[in-house]
Amino acid sequence: MMKKELLLGDEALAWGAVNAGLSGVFAYPGTPSTEITEFIQMHPVARERGIHCRWSANEKTAMEAALGMSFVGKRALVCMKHVGMNVCADAFVNSAMTGANGGLVVVAADDPSMHSSQNEQDSRFYGKFAMIPTFEPSSQQETYEMIGAAFDFSEKHQIPVLMRITTRMAHSRAVVEVGEPRPQNELKYPEKPRQWILMPGNSRVRYKTLIEENKLFEQEAERSPFNRYCDGPDKSMGIIACGIAYNYIMENFPEGCPFPVLKLSQYPLPTALVRRMASECGSLLIAEEGQPVIEEMIRGVLDTPLPIKGRLSGELPRTGELTPDNVRGALGLPAREVAPASQIAQPRPPALCMGCGHRDMYTALNEVLHEHYKTAKVFSDIGCYTLGSLAPFHAIDTCVEMGASITMAKGAADGGQFPSVAVIGDSTFTHSGMTGLLDAVNEGSNITVVISDNLTTGMTGGQDSAGTGRLEQICAGLGVDPAHIRVVVPLPKNMEEIRRTIREEIEHKGVSVIIPRRECIQTAKRHNAKK
Amino acid sequence: MKRDIILSGVGGQGILSIATVIGEAALKEGLNIKQAEVHGMSQRGGDVQSNLRISSAPICSDLIPQGAADIIISLEPMEALRYVPFLSREGWIIANTTPFVNIDNYPEAESVYAELRKHDNVILIDVDAIAKEIASPRAANIVLLGAAAPFLELGAEKFEEGIRSIFARKGEQIVEMNLKAFRAGYEYAQKHRR
Repeated sequence: MMKKELLLGDEALAWGAVNAGLSGVFAYPGTPSTEITEFIQMHPVARERGIHCRWSANEKTAMEAALGMSFVGKRALVCMKHVGMNVCADAFVNSAMTGANGGLVVVAADDPSMHSSQNEQDSRFYGKFAMIPTFEPSSQQETYEMIGAAFDFSEKHQIPVLMRITTRMAHSRAVVEVGEPRPQNELKYPEKPRQWILMPGNSRVRYKTLIEENKLFEQEAERSPFNRYCDGPDKSMGIIACGIAYNYIMENFPEGCPFPVLKLSQYPLPTALVRRMASECGSLLIAEEGQPVIEEMIRGVLDTPLPIKGRLSGELPRTGELTPDNVRGALGLPAREVAPASQIAQPRPPALCMGCGHRDMYTALNEVLHEHYKTAKVFSDIGCYTLGSLAPFHAIDTCVEMGASITMAKGAADGGQFPSVAVIGDSTFTHSGMTGLLDAVNEGSNITVVISDNLTTGMTGGQDSAGTGRLEQICAGLGVDPAHIRVVVPLPKNMEEIRRTIREEIEHKGVSVIIPRRECIQTAKRHNAKK
Repeated sequence: MKRDIILSGVGGQGILSIATVIGEAALKEGLNIKQAEVHGMSQRGGDVQSNLRISSAPICSDLIPQGAADIIISLEPMEALRYVPFLSREGWIIANTTPFVNIDNYPEAESVYAELRKHDNVILIDVDAIAKEIASPRAANIVLLGAAAPFLELGAEKFEEGIRSIFARKGEQIVEMNLKAFRAGYEYAQKHRR
């Protein structure tokens, strides 16, 4: 029986996966992908069926665990934000070589316009790079249907599938018709076991097969119901609209689009459909969310006689999300008449919550460094505490990617920097900070690591953090001298003790770890409400 | 029937609860809905907005085009101003008058009101005061929803049904409190629309 639900794109995807007979979701939280896993964690069918849904330590461990589940024949889903693809890239790229057994779908949620991210890399590049078929839905309903199709595709062709969504799909609700769940797969081992052992002899054979099979994947894309060629009377321009870019084009033609439109939602690029459009139209407009992946492929290095418009040619903005407004020029439509923007509305940047422990940590750190160590550099990391870069703290010098605080502090110390301070959150530390700390311990680097522990993954809304309750043991296990693993409670009344601790540990010649520990006030509020 | 609605405010004020009630009411009417939300970093005390589109016809874009919004519903006066380029010429602004001042350069409240009043169709309402007086400070967002309801082309009873189903699990008292808040906002708007 079909029922109608108002669902986020993330939720439609999650529900579609559960109904497609999912056995496990593996993920590390990251905006805008987090709600996929959270929805499965809360879904009654998921609980009834014992679908695996615990958070993984990072995207690489998630991807590898999912590959293991696929190996034994079950359907597995991996979810992450776009930059998570960098973390799991080794596993992802090599999963094209092993292939899949049970259906394996990797969801990358891209964040064009960088609403909550440090770059706007386009995950479709990873699909092309790894030669893994890629799906890109244009609506919440299509997302629901596509995830099931992606699992079927993955099993039919014994290949992982990448599903790419973007912020506006992930975090936008629409009415979705959902159906009934199918059963999970039984245990079943791969029919071609050799390709799961990636030694050169096996890999050379497998690589040739993968290249051959990509021709088949392209044929599948040619006849995919998700790729649609809609002819139009005005052949002066043909529009290739990828994923949700299709919606922004169609929004501007409420009476129907006069130009032929190729809606693209499944790759490898169906070149026959593109050739048909190129032969029938006077120019091509390529509208894609994110980077000009398809435009570059079609344009190539040498100019074609056919004018190609898009993000590279400047008809569409080179960076940021597409909108119903910024595609109008490329469609030959005039800009809409709009009221001028207010001159008095001021920007309102995000800030650490009032009462947050990170605030007390930064207050103490700033006081110590300003008073005693004018040359200090603070290498920070990805999380709420990145907001320490803004007023009133201006407390950090860097924020690059998950875990870089500790290793950059080490490298700077190797280069003669003193004091060299790292500020990292508890969840980011267990995601990617631990190996860097081991490097520092092995060399006795003179760094001070602050693990600002709020007992959760805060920025993404308070998910379980992998090392909660065991940070001291983890640091000691990696070889940090227990005398220099110091725990403080970040509260204004403890300011003097915190300052003294920071000062002592900066003076310690070697690796020291300070753990200011107090629960995130957002999760604390929720916990108190439950009591 | 088509309503393009921009909801705005400051992270934590509760614009998504307003969106949820409107969404529920529209779902009961069998309308098409698209609602783009903001999650993640910007939720931490920054400006937040949601694009909510309801229509009897299929909706293409998750984002509302500029100059097309039928109504801006804002829990904060300066946050209403931020989105005026999205408002259609006949569109309404329904805004709370209580400023949320968490930045140093927040403009004079009076200048914010003056700029809002330049628009033809505007209702400024102190939802915090009304909520405090008749229900609970926590229902301020539902007072604002009530004030916006006459302009949303869905019957008031649909919103009341929506409020009932959304707050049901929190108990009858919370439901009643929110219904009271909704009606107070509704009456205010009826009295003050020009």
